[in-house]
Amino acid sequence: MPWRAPSPVDLYGLLPKTNCGKCGEANCMAFAVKLVNLEASVEQCPPILEDPKYRQSYQRLKELVSPLVKEVVLRGPRGVVKIGGEYVLHRHELKYINPTAIAIDVDDSMNRDEIINKVKAIESFSYEYIGRKLSLDLVAVRSVTGDAEAFAKAVKVVIENSSLPLILCSLNPKVVEAGLRALSLDYRPLVYAATKDNWREMGELARKFEVALAVSSPGDLDMLVSLAKTLSNSVGVSDLALDPGCFIGRGGLAYTIKAFTHLRYKAIEQGFKYAAYPLVATPISVWTSVKGDAKAKAWWESIMAIALVTRYADIVILHSIEGWVLLPLVLWRFNLYTDPRIPVAVEPGLRVIGQPNEMSPIFITGNYALTYSIVSSDIERARIDSFLLVIDTEGIAIEAAVPGRKLTAEKVAEAIKAYGIDGRVRHRILIIPGRAARLSGEIEDATGWRVMVGPMDSRDIPGFMQKHWVPEKLEELMSRG
Amino acid sequence: MNSMKKRDVENRLLAFEDLIMRISEALSKGVVELHDVEIEADELEIILQPVIAKAVAPIAERIERRIVELVKVAFEEVKLEFPGRVVEVKMGATKAEGGTRDKSIVLGGENLPPYFYITGLELAPHPPAFGGDIFDMRIPLPKAVKDVFGDALDNPIEWARVWVNKFGAEAIDVHLISTDPTIRDTPASESAKLIEDLLQQVKVPIVVGGSGNPRKDAEVFKKAVDVAEGERIVLNSLNLDMDLKDLCPYLSKKDAVVINFAPMDLDKAREINRKVYDWIPKDRIMLDLNIAGIGYGIEYGFTVNERARLAALIGDVELQHPFNVGAANAWSAREAWVSMDPYWGPREVRGPLWETLTCVICLLTGADYFMLLHPVSMGVLKEIRDYLFTEPNPSIDRALEWVSAKL
Repeated sequence: MPWRAPSPVDLYGLLPKTNCGKCGEANCMAFAVKLVNLEASVEQCPPILEDPKYRQSYQRLKELVSPLVKEVVLRGPRGVVKIGGEYVLHRHELKYINPTAIAIDVDDSMNRDEIINKVKAIESFSYEYIGRKLSLDLVAVRSVTGDAEAFAKAVKVVIENSSLPLILCSLNPKVVEAGLRALSLDYRPLVYAATKDNWREMGELARKFEVALAVSSPGDLDMLVSLAKTLSNSVGVSDLALDPGCFIGRGGLAYTIKAFTHLRYKAIEQGFKYAAYPLVATPISVWTSVKGDAKAKAWWESIMAIALVTRYADIVILHSIEGWVLLPLVLWRFNLYTDPRIPVAVEPGLRVIGQPNEMSPIFITGNYALTYSIVSSDIERARIDSFLLVIDTEGIAIEAAVPGRKLTAEKVAEAIKAYGIDGRVRHRILIIPGRAARLSGEIEDATGWRVMVGPMDSRDIPGFMQKHWVPEKLEELMSRG
Repeated sequence: MNSMKKRDVENRLLAFEDLIMRISEALSKGVVELHDVEIEADELEIILQPVIAKAVAPIAERIERRIVELVKVAFEEVKLEFPGRVVEVKMGATKAEGGTRDKSIVLGGENLPPYFYITGLELAPHPPAFGGDIFDMRIPLPKAVKDVFGDALDNPIEWARVWVNKFGAEAIDVHLISTDPTIRDTPASESAKLIEDLLQQVKVPIVVGGSGNPRKDAEVFKKAVDVAEGERIVLNSLNLDMDLKDLCPYLSKKDAVVINFAPMDLDKAREINRKVYDWIPKDRIMLDLNIAGIGYGIEYGFTVNERARLAALIGDVELQHPFNVGAANAWSAREAWVSMDPYWGPREVRGPLWETLTCVICLLTGADYFMLLHPVSMGVLKEIRDYLFTEPNPSIDRALEWVSAKL
């Protein structure tokens, strides 16, 4: 059944009610609220874990806050990747929890240097975005040779050169077993994959090595959930992930979107147990299914990855390591998994950049985190001593904030008053974003200040300043009407 | 080192398990031979019990598991029904419909969440459509776009022709930027001439966009509908800053379609729709909730679109309108147009891909009409639409080839 947030009062009733504070909250009620908002886990309450008399309450609490899609933990020596653990079908109903993990492949036919180069590229992929580093999560090692020893060797090269968690890809249980034996115990990989033909052996391996197991049944959902049921109930593999196949082209893309959507719908809206596992998407399959050159294949790989990150994939396996394929993917993943209840915003207010004096410029911008981080870093990099007045646009970017009336002349006037800008400078000139040019007249009327319309993009601020922030222009502006 | 040792111990345990398993298999047959001494199974069990009973139990379980059969369970098709339905809106008019377009485009009519593929039900009565953007003056455009259109950028008519004849645009979105009083203040009558020319020179539906100045846009739209009588042009867009009480009665006498613009705000969307309903029939209204590019706030538009469509299906009549997407916004993301370190690829590739992917995300929210800047996006999106609007039917033979293929 769809997830309904429990009430804090219900959870409070199950907590020790001692207000001991060991969870870091002032009292049990505050902790209950955190639990409801999924900002804390039950395990952060030491008494409930330690005292046997709370055992039942602990179980009940776990049930009340547990996700509708199983959370599966994959591990490398230096960190874990969690997949699944989702509660809702649509982001606005709560938020999405564990960002889709991105895996890039290497294979055992590559020579040592080739493997090392690609693994290093995966490991070092990094894109700076609003103060965060966006990166890749896993290495998928594929068996191309079909040879167990060669596979084990490739796995060893990978783990000697990377600490990312792994996916071991082969349909041959003997090959997978060799790969598993090559790993130290601090690894918990995802094995890809059990199929209708090998599930007994793969299931046995997953159980024996206590690893997570992907179940692949391309184009056959009956078989997929049958395998999930058999492997979980009869074989005893608790951590599964489901792959309904990844097809493109006529009939294929439609099937893929349908399968991912129905699996997640049944897990979340109907509580269907055998669909309630993380979903594995394999955009890498375009490399064998799409005709054309490498660039065409990479385009389709990118499209499939974006579409399936949007439609509920919890882990994606790709072949491309090209930046242009991965950049939109890591950005969209980040965007999609932000909490819709919290705007991606920074505190509004007056920022001082460098050592401004009473003739230094005042730039106006909005408080969407991305806008702010780009504008402030552009000004800082250009070493322009200045003031940056961050208006509360409710976390909306300038181009949307202007037509949406989140950035208005009134808000600018209020901010000037609130932050005492009058006393900071002798001039009366505001530099507004080029995208807010339309508001220049209104801002002049509402504030009594003169407006200089800045560039459309803040990276042009240095050039703009050289040309326009000069005594003649300032005098001209100030003496105007 | 430590973990290697652990692995070693584990391997030995596994070997031990195998041995025990062989013994217990023999046990199940009743007899077992050890060092040439035949012992009755009962006796052996007595001997072994205290030592390995613990080990045998899980192994017996495993033997049992070895013959586990597949437990079949059917994946029952999802069934869905919704009381609400998006209205159908027609862009453009053919000769038979009173205009001169070669084809008109019908959008909307959905009564299921986007791309849910409910067996037995139509995916959507009308696939989405893709129009090409042109501007009535030179504006700063990404290099990737300039490279494709070249000199046509100076001639909106030529630009439109290239879009339609060479790149298969299904409609033309002309943005009358120069009418902005702070830019060139091109008179509305002059812009109307451009619209007339366009209607002559290309035979696809025309979407007329203003400059964003609420007063001037109203003027421009009035003149546009005057010269486009019977052609069912689309006006892009109406918003709450405009004098709707003045503009809408005028439009109501013509047959134009309007796009109501309410950025990221469902309450505002309902408000403007309610106001416009007083004069303009529902089936001549589209909705634009605004969308930003990937990395530039796309998640706001994504979620507001998803919410609006679900609300429409549940029965919120004020939101039952086809969605417009201004994909040009995708290019506001720097990553779509700046030169970056070579690792990130040439901007000529990044740009169209960015626009395409932004549209793929919007498609999945149920968006109906897309205004595009780059022809590559147009081509790829048409192909995606073709793939999406076929019966789900994968060819499974080679589905797992990638696992072991040399790529």
